[in-house]
Amino acid sequence: MKFDVQGRIACAYTGGKPWADAPRCVVFVHGALNDHSVWTLLARWYAHHGYRVLAVDQPGHGRSDGPPLASVEALADWLLALLDAAGVASAHLVGHSMGSLIALEAASRAPERADGLVMVGTAYPMKVSDALLATARDDPARAIAMVNAFSHSGIASKPSYPGPGAWLRGGASALMHRIQDGDEGNLFEHDFRVCDAYAGGFEAAARVTCRSTLIVGSQDVMTPAKATKELASVLRATVARVASGHALMQEAPDAVLNAMRQAVPA
Amino acid sequence: MPGPSDPGFDTLALHAGAAPDPATGARATPIHLTTSFVFESSEHAASLFNMERAGHVYSRISNPTTAVFEERVAALEGGVGAIATASGQAALHLAIATIAGAGSHIVASAALYGGSHNLLAYTLPRFGIETTFVKPRDIDGWRAAIRPNTKLLFGESLGNPGLDVLDIPRVSDVAHDAGVPLLVDATFTTPWLQQAFKQGADLVFHSATKFLSGHGTVIGGVLADSGRFDWDRSGRFPELSEPYAGFHDMVFTEESTVGAFLLRARREGLRDFGACMSPHTAWLILQGLETLPLRMERHVANARKVVTFLAAHPMVAQVGYPELESHPDHALAKTLLPRGCGSVFSFDLRGSRAQGVAFIEALQLFSHLANVGDCRSLVIHPASTTHFRMNDAALAAGGIGPGTIRLSIGLEDPDDLIADLKSALKAAERAAA
Repeated sequence: MKFDVQGRIACAYTGGKPWADAPRCVVFVHGALNDHSVWTLLARWYAHHGYRVLAVDQPGHGRSDGPPLASVEALADWLLALLDAAGVASAHLVGHSMGSLIALEAASRAPERADGLVMVGTAYPMKVSDALLATARDDPARAIAMVNAFSHSGIASKPSYPGPGAWLRGGASALMHRIQDGDEGNLFEHDFRVCDAYAGGFEAAARVTCRSTLIVGSQDVMTPAKATKELASVLRATVARVASGHALMQEAPDAVLNAMRQAVPA
Repeated sequence: MPGPSDPGFDTLALHAGAAPDPATGARATPIHLTTSFVFESSEHAASLFNMERAGHVYSRISNPTTAVFEERVAALEGGVGAIATASGQAALHLAIATIAGAGSHIVASAALYGGSHNLLAYTLPRFGIETTFVKPRDIDGWRAAIRPNTKLLFGESLGNPGLDVLDIPRVSDVAHDAGVPLLVDATFTTPWLQQAFKQGADLVFHSATKFLSGHGTVIGGVLADSGRFDWDRSGRFPELSEPYAGFHDMVFTEESTVGAFLLRARREGLRDFGACMSPHTAWLILQGLETLPLRMERHVANARKVVTFLAAHPMVAQVGYPELESHPDHALAKTLLPRGCGSVFSFDLRGSRAQGVAFIEALQLFSHLANVGDCRSLVIHPASTTHFRMNDAALAAGGIGPGTIRLSIGLEDPDDLIADLKSALKAAERAAA
């Protein structure tokens, strides 16, 4: 599904169903160097359970036109503009990692448009080490390999994603390389700097009025569960722990769906 | 910056895709011999059919034991996933049928396994798929053969039986310049000798019957995807980039940015053609995969000793092994196959056809049969067996002569293998009288 957002083409996956009127909407926002395809199982589930679904490709990622936007705040404004373009008055905002910060900021900028906030694999602040930023700048392929290894808790997660027979580490690596090899320069470094620079998380959380849920991986070393405590307190959020690394939707798709269903019921 | 990385090859060969069974604690992967899997509820059933959840429904489409094998091969190849098939031939057919149909065209190396040649030259034309064969070393020939309807370039990592080394980096460049993927049959090399994806291949398949299994017990195949080919950008593959009425109007490239090919191959290919692998077969091949690094190292070491012996024997006209300077791909092999060139190779016996027969019949330790990649050493005469449908011109194009003997060197004591060959060569010499 294509929309004109801020004068550029923005693409969103609709969960395998035509875009049509429905009283409720879920918007999924991917993380750094990813695209909508990290959400397809969840997107399909909600699209088949009474929701309109938009799993977006951020500017410069996947099928959406660039350039990439330079801050979480700019991306939140873009997300709200995409809702305008899609004719969506309000939606559950669901984000993973960097995308969770965008969902948070959007929910704070337009509280009346957020029916719920779900932050998956999140932390605040989402600081990135100087060493990793330097590697992302100088040797993106090496940085991708490191982040890929950091993001997975094992080598035998079942039932795999998008289904049996898929090798998760290979899929995640190939997706990051595909996004990095696009026409937008060093998106890896760009996205990690966006995460690192975001400084308004607690203020944004204080402005959020909808129900909030954090879904965290008990073995996540990218955004460790302990790094969500203060954010969860400010948001008065429910926290669901899932046995997974940072790639929660891939390593534990059923557990994430179960946690999601508590936050965004069918 | 130092940092974490994925486990190494030997670790993946033992552990990728498998963990202790959560229900029983079984450490080895259980054999799930069941046709189907109970749904938790009607809603759960619908969500599996709609691909809202991942899981197993029916063992033709997926099975927990088979999935471990698929994930392990994908891990060893460095791909995004794999699909196990009933045989290597089924894997090749699945690769082609997923992206090609009537009116499609393939460019393939002329140095192919006879079964692959049969499929491309004789069988697929009946379904409207044509193939142009090119000499694998002729890079310009690959380029010139590509047509607007070309869907695939295809070659063997080590051509059968002359061991032509496929220049994967250069052939993949030709393919990618045209917006076409490169499919490699990596049966002879296995991922231990060569990870074809790292060199530019997009799709890889194996006859898992051979080295992956390694014990000559079961027939199986596997098709892996690198996830790197951009099917959307190519514009040649509406099979993946436009809605498929046969499966919920799914646009596979939208559904999975890097796994579109495997989605269609599984959701259409296994569903409709049905050439799936038995879980029992998958389990047996998993036993082989666990020792693949150890076996391949020994296969190559034994092959080198046998090659050295044969190359110096007066009854041998030539040995076709790329590690020998006499092989036309010697320099390329050094670059692309630094760990070795496998343990399947051919040599030409001096003398008559009758002497060739005498040689084969005198062998005691080598088994005369139609297979390679067994832990036991094997021998065959291609012109009268694997390639018997090819005429002399086609044989010559594939680098095969009427006196060519193919060996598959196993894991026996190399001195015993050499003694057996020495004795058989003497028998061949006597047969000249």
